[in-house]
Amino acid sequence: MGSQKWQILIESGWCKSCGICVAFCPVKAIVLNVEGKAMAAKEGRCTGCTLCERLCPDLAIQIQSLEATA
Amino acid sequence: MKPQEYIRKRFFPHLWCAGCGHGTVLNALLRSVDELEISKEDIVMVSGIGCSARMAGYADFHTMHTLHGRALAFATGVKMSRPELQLLVPMGDGDALAIGGNHFLHAARRNIDMTAIILNNRIYGMTGGQFSPLSGAGISATTAPWTSIDPAFDAMKLAQAAGASFAARTTTFHVHELQKYFTRAIQHKGFSVVEVFSQCPTYFGRKNKAGEAPEMLQTFKDSTAKLGSKQLEENPQLIPRGIFVEQEKREYGEAYAQLCEQAREQRSPKRRYGKEAPRC
Ligand SMILES: Cc1ncc(C[n+]2csc(CCOP(=O)(O)OP(=O)(O)O)c2C)c(N)n1
Ligand code: SF4
Ligand code: SF4
Ligand code: SF4
Repeated sequence: MGSQKWQILIESGWCKSCGICVAFCPVKAIVLNVEGKAMAAKEGRCTGCTLCERLCPDLAIQIQSLEATA
Repeated sequence: MKPQEYIRKRFFPHLWCAGCGHGTVLNALLRSVDELEISKEDIVMVSGIGCSARMAGYADFHTMHTLHGRALAFATGVKMSRPELQLLVPMGDGDALAIGGNHFLHAARRNIDMTAIILNNRIYGMTGGQFSPLSGAGISATTAPWTSIDPAFDAMKLAQAAGASFAARTTTFHVHELQKYFTRAIQHKGFSVVEVFSQCPTYFGRKNKAGEAPEMLQTFKDSTAKLGSKQLEENPQLIPRGIFVEQEKREYGEAYAQLCEQAREQRSPKRRYGKEAPRC
């Protein structure tokens, strides 16, 4: 995925499966996996808006720019 | 820096329930501290007792976890002895306005420089879902099986009437606004109140069939509107969000320092201090 600009880092051990990030990500980039934990499913779509990391009550999400680290 | 740099990671995952809004309030508050570039060493977080009060265990500042309803009294003591420190006081709606109502009124009346945060989930979370003075009529709680008949306080009106010089309200859905109001409140010199509607899916949600956390956030979005907006004008049943008061007013600690200065001069007129007079 050459065009991917953002990385969605999720601390699974902190995620409590509340579904907030899944419900409110404007581009539906996050899903809950079979264990019920949040998982980046469509990272290429992520616009880096930070809504999920701000809404997450468990501080389990960090959005990182791939351009800054490249 | 990310908010994760301002927490005590050894206590994570935290003890709040899945979807509890209190974590989102902490999240925004840490972003605000980072935005203001305040050093961790210059912040004292003082809390009482309740789910919301647990915040003082998670934030990596100087912290005090004190008595239910008494956080503002302890915070007043800290501020009077160390006025250069930034005081953050997170409280539940019961903590702040039931058992702690009197402390709240008088801290506001004095306009002492601190940021009081009311995490309003309209219920006593920690003790199992009793109604609070912010629940309002028609709300189900363990202590109101046939729904409460008690009207709710309007925390913004109460804060203003009592003398708070900054008062703002928002919700855990409006995360950008939340960070902005925390930043304004911390910058403000005087008693600042930020009321945040915070979801308690475990008790308020279940007892009132309000759904899980995402539905409760959606309700915060749908049932509130910005002060001065067309939306609010057209639909006055919506609950206003925004900054209700932001005014300059004599701050308690400064008034006290002045008084001390006067007293010192009157008592020993010949004794001279440098520019920095010692504190009382
Ligand atoms: C003096 C005293 N009275 C009562 C209690 C029991 N108690 C603990 S927390 C609490 C209320 C919690 O509700 P709230 O302040 O709204 O915060 P939340 O848990 O909802 O965040 C009560 C009544 C106590 N700890 N101390
Ligand atoms: S918002 Fe946070 S805790 Fe909730 S599902 Fe997403 S990552 Fe997990
Ligand atoms: S940063 Fe925005 S677009 Fe990216 S996953 Fe989070 S909510 Fe979705
Ligand atoms: S009981 Fe309610 S307020 Fe307490 S942690 Fe659980 S959801 Fe949050």
